Amino acid sequence: MSETRNSILTKLRKTRDAHPLTPPASDFAPIEAKQWAEEERLPRIRRLMEAVHTEFLDATEADWPAVLREFLAHEGVGSLIYAPATDTGKRLVEGWDASSTALIPYDRPLEDLKPRLFDTIEAGLTTTRGAIAETGSLILWPTAEEPRTLSLVPHIHIALLRADALYDTFLQAMRDQGWAQAMPTNVLLVSGPSKTADIEQTLAYGVHGPKRLVVLVVHP
Amino acid sequence: MDGNAPDFAAASRAALADPQLRGNFRRAMDGLMSKRAAQFSDAGEWHGVRALAASVRLRALSKLPELLETLEETCTRNGITVHWAATTDEANAIALDILHKTNAKLVVKGKSMVTEEMHLNAVLEKNGIEVLESDLGEYIVQLDGTMPSHIIMPAIHLNTKQIAHLFKRKIKDAESREDAAYLTDLARRVLRAKFQAADVGMSGVNAAVAETGTLCLIENEGNGRMCTTVPPVHIAFMGLEKVVEKLEDVPPVISLLPRSATGQPITTYVNMISGPRKPGEKDGPREVHLIILDNGRSSIYADPELRDTLRCIRCGACMNHCPVYTKVGGHAYEAPYPGPIGKILVPQIEGLEKRGAMPHACTMCNACVEICPVKIPIVEIMGRLRVEAVKPSGAVKDGGAKASRTEAMVWSGWAAMNASPTAYRVATLAMSKLGNAAPSSLPMLKEWTNVRTKPRFASRTLHDLARAKGVPDV
Repeated sequence: MSETRNSILTKLRKTRDAHPLTPPASDFAPIEAKQWAEEERLPRIRRLMEAVHTEFLDATEADWPAVLREFLAHEGVGSLIYAPATDTGKRLVEGWDASSTALIPYDRPLEDLKPRLFDTIEAGLTTTRGAIAETGSLILWPTAEEPRTLSLVPHIHIALLRADALYDTFLQAMRDQGWAQAMPTNVLLVSGPSKTADIEQTLAYGVHGPKRLVVLVVHP
Repeated sequence: MDGNAPDFAAASRAALADPQLRGNFRRAMDGLMSKRAAQFSDAGEWHGVRALAASVRLRALSKLPELLETLEETCTRNGITVHWAATTDEANAIALDILHKTNAKLVVKGKSMVTEEMHLNAVLEKNGIEVLESDLGEYIVQLDGTMPSHIIMPAIHLNTKQIAHLFKRKIKDAESREDAAYLTDLARRVLRAKFQAADVGMSGVNAAVAETGTLCLIENEGNGRMCTTVPPVHIAFMGLEKVVEKLEDVPPVISLLPRSATGQPITTYVNMISGPRKPGEKDGPREVHLIILDNGRSSIYADPELRDTLRCIRCGACMNHCPVYTKVGGHAYEAPYPGPIGKILVPQIEGLEKRGAMPHACTMCNACVEICPVKIPIVEIMGRLRVEAVKPSGAVKDGGAKASRTEAMVWSGWAAMNASPTAYRVATLAMSKLGNAAPSSLPMLKEWTNVRTKPRFASRTLHDLARAKGVPDV
């Protein structure tokens, strides 16, 4: 196949050199100009995400596990899968025993969890690396400890968002966090629960990914 | 479609006679146009981001061979296996080879227009591999045994009632309910079982980042994430033009694509993949393959004017705004890419012999050019292809395929008549006196008068009238 590769590249190079193209300069100013005052970012994110059926819970560093516990009990959610090796996971389990929701640690490869993950586990908890005001999007940064299927397979995805980690734009988040220097296996922007309008443009939620997205906002 | 040459005129006549189809498209396109317009209510923002996105695409094209090499290098470093295919046959062979090596029996696919171009599903099925489209629209179209009629909304030609009937016929235990929520949930149940069981997941690529070796995919449903996360092997397909230089080039493209396509500020998921599962990670595919397809693109690239075709980011907005597409629908084109972008792309890939009618299915109204987020001069390219079909420069496959001796004679007669005052006077006088006597069934007139009234010649020529008014004749 390297013959194909070389002949494609040779042809592209030869024809480009015969007719070079000078592109206009890329001016990022129109995106950089999109800024919101600090106090406007969270309400904007909330408004945009609620418009596509995202739910919000408010909590503090001290009480978020209790707020979550209460929510899950109220909604009758029987099981929650979480990342046991993360700080968030460790905080979660403290004092959970009294809850009606069973905690399931994501502590083995997907292959050994698939049937339970797809068929019985109702909710998954992940952290976020902030959110984006322009579009109302969560930044998910899956790791070895916090696998990406946590936010994909269970019917309910609960995402922990720290209210002081908000960005104006996708571009700003990418620059401030130095993504280009260290892209992980998978990065995601998530802006709502799974949805489709493929049947006569009628919006329906929960087609393949989570049916519900709950953002647990942790205020400082 | 294969085997028979597509007949756009006949297919569009059939589509025009179908009020159900026309109603489905009219409603959908009206909705999409107004939703898009609402997203770009700030004209300054639209112009600024649009110029930026166009510059991103042009910069990528200006360095295309170098960026493809860098992409190969960074992807390989990330553990992605890169394959190159000159033709769709080669790309199908590469995919089959990977499937055979992994002993795959079941494939789940996210939406990929390149695989439509390859007719991959038919190839896989012929080789005994079950392949399931998982984008809801694609799934509907696959169950129906047809092709997508829109690149973003594949089943836009069907209404809820038609889809409910289809599901009732094809899915076990389906109830007969004309309810989008019920139908969506039904598809969820069928496909979730398949995601779990699939040996290989396939996807397209919206942008591939040379700098970091990252494949970007955007979607609303989560099926793209399923296909690229759950099965042990992921194969991604991209046309060779889909590369961008830097990671920072992704936000401008992602900013315009969903807003132009469906009028939403962003898709539910923006999925950036930079490799297979690493040691210690608990999920994600163990192998990721990237198949880079040429299929005529390097020839399009060779011509400095036609090259602009390759800026496209496949948002489909040109279809939504095309008066021809809206009336005849996507199937009339019998091509993987319908509408304005299809009318310039498909003839260049498949040749003007087979696709010479496509560049003529255009009123040159320029609506597509006005809303194109990367400023492709679609109408200029359309004009160029019409010329290539009769006066070939050698730049387009099967150039000259539509050349006609009669047409050439008519035009040289017309040129001669206009070049000589005497010939002009004689000809116009003859037309004003005898033109109305010509029957509308004359061979060349018939094409026009079949569907239109024959125009009446004025009894006096313009020159004659001007002279009578005292204008000195020239």
